[in-house]
Amino acid sequence: MANAILVRGGRLVDPASGTDRTADILVRDGRIEAVGAGLAAGEAEVVEADGAVVSPGFVDLHVHLREPGREDEETIASGSAAAARGGFTAICAMPNTEPACDSAAVAEKVAASGRFLGLTRVVPAGALTHAREGTQLAAIGEMARSVARVRLFTDDGRGVQDTRLLRRAMEYLTGFGGICAEHCDDEALSEGGQMHEGEVSSRLGLRGMPAEAEDLALARDIALARLTGCRFHALHVSTAGSVALVRAAKAEGLAVTAEVTPHHLTLTHEELASFDPVFKVNPPLRSLADVAACRAGLADGTLDAIATDHAPHAAHEKEAEFEAAPPGLIGMETALGVVLALVRDGVLSLPALVERLSTGPARVLGLEGQGGPIVAGAPAHLVVFDPEARWVVDPSRFASRSRNCPWAGQELTGKVLATIFEGRLVVSNGELLEGVGATW
Amino acid sequence: MKHLLSIQDLSAGQINTVLKTADSFREVGTRTIKKVPTLRGRTVCNLFFEPSTRTRISFELAAKRLSADVVNFTGDAKSSLSKGESFKDTAQTLQAMGIDAIVVRHASAGAPQRLSGWVEASVINAGDGAHEHPTQALLDLYSIREHFPSFDGLRVGIVGDIVHSRVARSNARALRTMGAEVVLIAPPTFLPPAVDTWGVSVSYDLEAVLPSLDVVYLLRVQRERQNEQLVPSLREYATFWGLDLRRVNRMRPEAVIMHPGPMNRGVEIAAEVADLDRAIITDQVTNGVAVRMSLLYLMLGGLNSDRDRAREAPARRATDPAQLAFEQAMAEVEPALG
Repeated sequence: MANAILVRGGRLVDPASGTDRTADILVRDGRIEAVGAGLAAGEAEVVEADGAVVSPGFVDLHVHLREPGREDEETIASGSAAAARGGFTAICAMPNTEPACDSAAVAEKVAASGRFLGLTRVVPAGALTHAREGTQLAAIGEMARSVARVRLFTDDGRGVQDTRLLRRAMEYLTGFGGICAEHCDDEALSEGGQMHEGEVSSRLGLRGMPAEAEDLALARDIALARLTGCRFHALHVSTAGSVALVRAAKAEGLAVTAEVTPHHLTLTHEELASFDPVFKVNPPLRSLADVAACRAGLADGTLDAIATDHAPHAAHEKEAEFEAAPPGLIGMETALGVVLALVRDGVLSLPALVERLSTGPARVLGLEGQGGPIVAGAPAHLVVFDPEARWVVDPSRFASRSRNCPWAGQELTGKVLATIFEGRLVVSNGELLEGVGATW
Repeated sequence: MKHLLSIQDLSAGQINTVLKTADSFREVGTRTIKKVPTLRGRTVCNLFFEPSTRTRISFELAAKRLSADVVNFTGDAKSSLSKGESFKDTAQTLQAMGIDAIVVRHASAGAPQRLSGWVEASVINAGDGAHEHPTQALLDLYSIREHFPSFDGLRVGIVGDIVHSRVARSNARALRTMGAEVVLIAPPTFLPPAVDTWGVSVSYDLEAVLPSLDVVYLLRVQRERQNEQLVPSLREYATFWGLDLRRVNRMRPEAVIMHPGPMNRGVEIAAEVADLDRAIITDQVTNGVAVRMSLLYLMLGGLNSDRDRAREAPARRATDPAQLAFEQAMAEVEPALG
């Protein structure tokens, strides 16, 4: 493979440098060598990007890779491949594995596997509490100081219910510059809930999870962030109340960031009328008003990032009765096609969308070299996508090992054509290049 | 009609057809030999993942009185899952065995709907979680119809644990479809969220509403709800929302009392009230068999199998006078099915 790539003739959208123009990008030895018009290809491999958008590689703050523990659902290899196909050049792996990522050993294993594969950067998130049990602090310092340099800590899958323990975790984290990230859920209020509490849950006879269970937990967490001075990140916010809380926290000047998923931006609880567990997620799909609030929050910058919450599950687990099925859906390979609808709907501009997919999340996690800028000398993490390409979602062709995708069979508009990670072409013509990452 | 998953699947006209057809089957239940050969050669599986003696026996009797072969599966979903067999595996096993209809009871809302996507057989919802119990609603409509000339303008009060009740959901929908007015009467903790979207009225005060009701439909208060602190105690529930003789005296003279059973005597219904003539609870049970026969007939022996009957019936008619008589009776009903 040539060690130089010329991405020719694309619309360069780089929020980090405020760029939106047609330009060529020459990549050599892992870095961007030049950006400009009419660059000579020389011996470089040429990626024709005419009519396509070229932007910093996407950064996903929230994925579940299931390794170690549930390699039948996903592995670091298959998840990395799915990320690359989705245009992601960095992903943050949640710690709800078996064993949980609550020690340097597991964190380093995850990060090293990602490095070895070389498809995308895999950034392990550490657990806040031992085994994610919510009763004693995990080895936060050990993980932060490990080779994996864990930055983000969370018990995701659930929130820390013990307020005093969470306060201690936040206080402790400030000593290591870590970010406390929470799955905001007051379990006393949401326990047993299968979906969003409202008109649809009432009709279906499914126990609901009120929006207030998320709002209350987030309000508590923001109060603790204020108390401790800890950086705080709200995972997958889904309610109008959450968006308002984050907006107020930012206005107050607190170091609070937040993410929202493609599905919480596009699907509502009405989907559950089919009782199809593919739509069962946690937090649940909410009301139209909540979706509108999340869209508004994304548009005005209250929500910093789009994160997929890619949650692979084995087919037989999702083929269970609704109440027995685990929550979660996969999203890395469909994220772009789903959220480009926001541009068509006039919710936000294409550069703003790229910002929320790339620059914003990279800034949340403090990932140097990710999220742009696309300038000479910078590490080459790029995605090339056709915002107009129509394709029908066929999960059987996914790189992910799981198929729990709610968009199966639907036509999406917008497709990743190429992904360049560390200056190497890993996805070309929408497919993973042969020989890269094929170690599983 | 291939499946019956929700009472919403049925229009008022279809409900009327089911009820009218049930009239013929109710008569079958009064004969010395309570059996017709209508579904001979058909196989019905009662797939009960949740214990329910009365509903399962009612369906079993209904199928057997129509001469269908009946197989019963009783277990809980957890036991089959613990063996690693998914719900879909179970469905496909039944499919492979050539079952014609599956009557499914499940603790999980939506289970019958999922099942219907995996099998060729007709699926009848015999109660799914807190979602629906459409055959209960049909037998209740049938029982109400025996006492009132029309559903139009009828005022039905459903009293009790509405939020957890599939019976309440199905009955409220069915009654509204038929033109009746529904009042839900319960403590606020027993009312579902967004109940204003149900198209019903709500009251917390049974005493105040009682004089205006034609039907007082009492729901079973499940004792395990005590742990959820929805009401301070069963005693307090009985005090405010239980139907005792004193409250019965506030009812209209023609009003009837219904209950889907099993009853908690002394909680939602006083023992002596349950035994009043106007308490038509045992009629509901009797009618349940007829209504379920009607449904099985309409789904398995009716429209869905016209071709089968065209092929098989002439031979049977020639040798089976009972079948001939029965089909003649049915022919009067069937034009309404189109």
